[in-house]
Amino acid sequence: MMEDRTFEHTESEIGSRLLMSRGTRRFRRLGALAGNAVLVTIASSSLIALLFIFYFIVRDAIPFFRLEGFGEFFSGTRWYPSREEAEFGAGAIFAGSALVTVGAIAVAVPMGVFAALCLSDILPFSLRQVVKPVIEMLAAIPSVVYGFFALVIFAPLLQRQGGGMLSIGALIVLVPLSLIGVAVAGDLISAHVSERGRPAARVASVVVLLSVVTYALFELHRFLGGLQIASGTNALNASIILGIMALPTIVSVSEDALNAVGRELREGSYALGATRAETLMKVIIPAARSGIFAAVILGVMRAIGETMVVWMASGNAARIPEPWFNLLEPVRTLTATIAGDMGEADHVTGSARYHVLFAMAACLLAFAFIANLASELIIRRARKRLG
Amino acid sequence: MSRSRIITALAIIAVAGWSMIPAAALAQQKIIIDGSTTVGPIAKAFAEYYMSLNKDVNITVSESGSGNGAKSLINGMCDIADMSRFMKDTEFKAAVEKGRTPVAHVVAVDGLAIVVHPSSPINGLTVEQVRGIYTGAITNWKELGGPDVAIVMISRDTNSGTYETFEELVMNKEKIHEKAEYVGSNGAIRQRVQSTPAAIGYVGLGFVDRSVKALEIGGVAPDMNTVSSGIYPVARPLFMFTNGYPKLGSHLHRFITLYLSPKGQEIVEEIGFVPVTRY
Repeated sequence: MMEDRTFEHTESEIGSRLLMSRGTRRFRRLGALAGNAVLVTIASSSLIALLFIFYFIVRDAIPFFRLEGFGEFFSGTRWYPSREEAEFGAGAIFAGSALVTVGAIAVAVPMGVFAALCLSDILPFSLRQVVKPVIEMLAAIPSVVYGFFALVIFAPLLQRQGGGMLSIGALIVLVPLSLIGVAVAGDLISAHVSERGRPAARVASVVVLLSVVTYALFELHRFLGGLQIASGTNALNASIILGIMALPTIVSVSEDALNAVGRELREGSYALGATRAETLMKVIIPAARSGIFAAVILGVMRAIGETMVVWMASGNAARIPEPWFNLLEPVRTLTATIAGDMGEADHVTGSARYHVLFAMAACLLAFAFIANLASELIIRRARKRLG
Repeated sequence: MSRSRIITALAIIAVAGWSMIPAAALAQQKIIIDGSTTVGPIAKAFAEYYMSLNKDVNITVSESGSGNGAKSLINGMCDIADMSRFMKDTEFKAAVEKGRTPVAHVVAVDGLAIVVHPSSPINGLTVEQVRGIYTGAITNWKELGGPDVAIVMISRDTNSGTYETFEELVMNKEKIHEKAEYVGSNGAIRQRVQSTPAAIGYVGLGFVDRSVKALEIGGVAPDMNTVSSGIYPVARPLFMFTNGYPKLGSHLHRFITLYLSPKGQEIVEEIGFVPVTRY
């Protein structure tokens, strides 16, 4: 309706009003009204769809809690839904979802944020135009293809060369990081020494730190290299694949956030004599912090909602790993349970076995809703501060 | 501008209205099938084949479990009840009280092969040993005379008929250990086992190939003959129940005897079960 009013005041409308007969005018206004009504209906249908989804999931979740109560579902760890005396302890499944998601974050967030930094501030413009679309292409690969890769290629590889792969992966990440760490630490330590002894102190501290770090890395390499992975479909496999799937979202959104920081802040920082590292760490990242955080939340949502990959890659054993952070054991997630158990439960409507899946779906929905709301709030706050 | 909006609106209304016109109800004979998820695939494949030959028949197949299949046959809600077990006394009694006589047709035999990696030195186990592995009592191949590696147990997801069969014929009311991994299809089990030296899994007999090793159970290797003759222990007949014997020559009669034909045997083999006939 608001549009209508503004429309009436445009010059052409006033002009045409003088020329048009009353009938034509009425007809036109009626047409505009009908058109608006259609558009509003179409726009609101997505909202209605959302409300319906909420309604039906909650409606089918409630009977489960009425039948079985809350205690076993959230705290129990014995998941035997198909037996005569069924047990619906989904605690291990919640833990599985959490573990896989945390693993995916550990893979995707550092990689994604550093890739975004590289894209926005380090690579030349022409190269960035090529690299960003390539990373975004990761999002176009169907999840079942990722799952197939995880099951057929990655899982056997983990079983055969798991330890070696882990140690090489860890070294690729840790060697440059520890070199930077040693250099920075050497600087910090030598800053406490008087001007005269500073170069010597710097060399001495770097040498000492370097030997400590080398020894630690060597031990880590030996430990990881000696690991035997019994089953390649485990939390680690699912985490890595999910991390790769979440990567394009994180890279793309955080790169946008970093770019939005703008030239002025960067140039101001350089003008004050800051190096590129200082500019990145102390100016650009803090300024883009909330955008990066929103990117991370979006990535998390992608990871926690993903079904096909975890169903194929995580092993689906409804058990909390021992110890709880052991990524090398198979786990079962909420989404995979819903997908895997729906076939049979589908027809046994009215049983707890059917409704428990909706209870899980309701939990996922609640989580997604909260996470979405949080990211929305954060982005809005960031916009207010920057603009 | 506004005229084009009106046209758009009218077009949308027209499309919506068109889709609401109900499809003309066709005069067709119906066969309703309900019951076991294990037998369901056979019924579906039979139905597809039968309907392709007889355009005047409409066959619907639901999979709500053997118990529900029996219930709907007793209540006259379906023409055929697919069942992966025989009818219980109580179900028979309820049927007779309602004036219905269930007649059993064994359409196929379901045999499960216990499979391991081809490199495994183990060639045979007993049913008790397999159960011990899946309950978590046996955790290392060493205990069975194999190498010193932890056993990776792989199971079908709990909603499959294969799982049901395994639970009934091997597990004997004991629970599968929570460490077991679950996968979504027979093919996926085979894939996991052929790529995991320490794995054990179970698949329908039709899914055994050279990439995995099917173990002898109690000294009997699983094949068509040992399964259909009942020498191999992890096997069971699959039933379709009708209310009385169907009228000879009726669609129901021709459908329920499909399993006796060469084509029926072919279909049963294709899905991975063992046919009762051998041509």
